Amino acid sequence: MREEKGIFVFLEYTRGKIEKVSLELIAKACELQKICNEPVYGVAIGEESKEIESQLCSLPIEKVWWYIQEGACLSELWEEAMVECIEKISPSILLLGGTPIGSGFASRIAVAMKTGVTADCTMLEFDENRNLVQTRPAFGGNIMASILTERTRPQIATVRPGIFPALTDSSGKTVVEKKTLGQKNKSPQLLAREEKEEKGGITDQEILVVAGRGVKKKEDLELLRELAHLLGGELASSRALVEKGWMSQKAQIGVSGNVVKPEVIITFGVSGTIQFMTGMKNAKKIIAVNIDKTAPILSVAHLPIVGDLYTIVPNLITLLKKE
Amino acid sequence: MIKIAVCMKQVPAYSEGDMDEKTGLMKRSGLETITNPYDLSALEAALRIKEEANATVDVFSMGPENAEAMIKDAYAYGVDKGYLLTDSRFGGADVLVTSYTLMQGILAVNKYDLIICGKQTTDGDTSQVSPALAKWLGLPNYQGVIKLLEISNDGMEIHQDLGEFIQVLKINYPCLISVNREGFVPRMPSFKGRLESKNKSVNEMSIDNLEDGDVNHYGIKGSTTKVKKIFPPKRTQAVEAQVLEGMDGAMEILSFLRKD
Ligand SMILES: Cc1cc2nc3c(=O)[nH]c(=O)nc-3n(C[C@H](O)[C@H](O)[C@H](O)COP(=O)(O)OP(=O)(O)OC[C@H]3O[C@@H](n4cnc5c(N)ncnc54)[C@H](O)[C@@H]3O)c2cc1C
Ligand SMILES: Nc1ncnc2c1ncn2[C@@H]1O[C@H](COP(=O)(O)O)[C@@H](O)[C@H]1O
Repeated sequence: MREEKGIFVFLEYTRGKIEKVSLELIAKACELQKICNEPVYGVAIGEESKEIESQLCSLPIEKVWWYIQEGACLSELWEEAMVECIEKISPSILLLGGTPIGSGFASRIAVAMKTGVTADCTMLEFDENRNLVQTRPAFGGNIMASILTERTRPQIATVRPGIFPALTDSSGKTVVEKKTLGQKNKSPQLLAREEKEEKGGITDQEILVVAGRGVKKKEDLELLRELAHLLGGELASSRALVEKGWMSQKAQIGVSGNVVKPEVIITFGVSGTIQFMTGMKNAKKIIAVNIDKTAPILSVAHLPIVGDLYTIVPNLITLLKKE
Repeated sequence: MIKIAVCMKQVPAYSEGDMDEKTGLMKRSGLETITNPYDLSALEAALRIKEEANATVDVFSMGPENAEAMIKDAYAYGVDKGYLLTDSRFGGADVLVTSYTLMQGILAVNKYDLIICGKQTTDGDTSQVSPALAKWLGLPNYQGVIKLLEISNDGMEIHQDLGEFIQVLKINYPCLISVNREGFVPRMPSFKGRLESKNKSVNEMSIDNLEDGDVNHYGIKGSTTKVKKIFPPKRTQAVEAQVLEGMDGAMEILSFLRKD
């Protein structure tokens, strides 16, 4: 058997721009390349576009295969294109973004190649045998697990956007080889493709202020909403207030609501049940205000404050207005 | 008649202190279990199809014997048949092998038109089992489904949330879809369903019931990935809560927000 060499990166793009996560993966692949000294390749699939072509050409990597495909994004079809490339090059590593598209076909490739896939890695490094150590949170984030794919290749890993630093080098001169990817005759019919314009839902926010049952009256929510807007974010809530009919379900955080990953989340009067915390535990900075020092939310917060939201919030608004 | 198979997993309910601080090992035993919340949405999708068209809904799960309770619970929602793939030799399965085992189980029972999975599990949390299962079955998979329309005996219209855009497709069976929670808020089981479920039994399957009886293809033996070590994540948990009221609390929050 031929020895596998090379790091493959799946390059995802929409609206004339390569996805941030794909560029983060290129940066990571280049970093790994410094250790293993294997070439880095990209595979892109989608519509023909001048903007994309120039971005692909300036990547600091060896080569890009670009499958031109009009029409629907189909896991089955895209997997077959990737497998075609993989069989030609026999890479040792394949990295994909843990996006709805990337995670929709990463494991199809794994099955085709009879190899493993490790989802949502937060660290990628080599061990002493040059195996890729794929570290990810396991079991709801309470433990980290380092995973090896020792016997099979490629070692496939997906990574969520924003985990690795961005690519800074766009001075490369990559060879781009275009190929066409035809539909299969039994392909489903594409009825519509609607670009998502509406931002403003709580999952798109960098900053979220969250109201819990500690808020006593519906009117008091206005105070928290004002605070959210002053900070440039939106108001969200626990399910307790949705059940009261004070907040819409669209604004609910938690297992039966939305999973959010903002830069900052500030909770007021939320106890921190598991159903709630599952929806927000990956926020970068968690600030929690709760009157009860035993509230579980305080033990996950980066800034836990035991205090009454009614004394703190008005003062915070005053301070922000002065800034 | 649309034959639907729903894949559901029993997962540990979150509990605090689920890791032994000294050994770094999980304290599995004694953990309360629940149905993976995302799979209740998969079930909800199946039940809606059953309401609109002539369909049967079967449930498949791979897990320990006590996952029977989860399947019984699914019966209360109106599931026709439940199959539990349970065998100590299934233990330690990764994505490749979990999906392979489910494929073997599904093929041993029926030729389904539609397989429905949840978006992810809360313990495995990979979103990878469903595309892999589709590949093993030789089917296309459609992820991120948020809406089902125009349900007929040959196919339906689906809306997929693919992150940057919504894709609307007219698809045909056989295929696999995985659904997001959005759009499929689970219903409550009916009282009648609860009563009826008491007398229904769960069909257990072991390796011996599968076409591929080679034990090396299952569980930890068949898995291509292995956990090398586990360790606690860097936690900020150690941060001691401060008692602060009024302006003091407000200033503390603001300076925390403004640093870096
Ligand atoms: C199947 C299922 C799914 C669920 N899904 C979700 C979900 O998606 N999201 C969700 O949020 N919940 C969900 N829940 C509900 C969840 O179990 C809790 O009921 C809910 O999260 C509690 O919300 P809370 O923290 O706001 O209220 P509580 O738990 O009542 O906490 C209120 C907190 O406010 C504090 N407080 C009171 N007064 C003040 C004050 N003046 N200043 C500061 N603090 C104060 C109290 O100390 C207390 O800790 C679900 C439950 C089930 C069974
Ligand atoms: N052990 C299992 N038994 C039945 N279905 C499963 C199992 N593991 C995963 N699934 C299905 O695959 C989906 C994705 O799971 P995961 O890849 O673990 O995030 C779940 O929502 C289930 O529908």
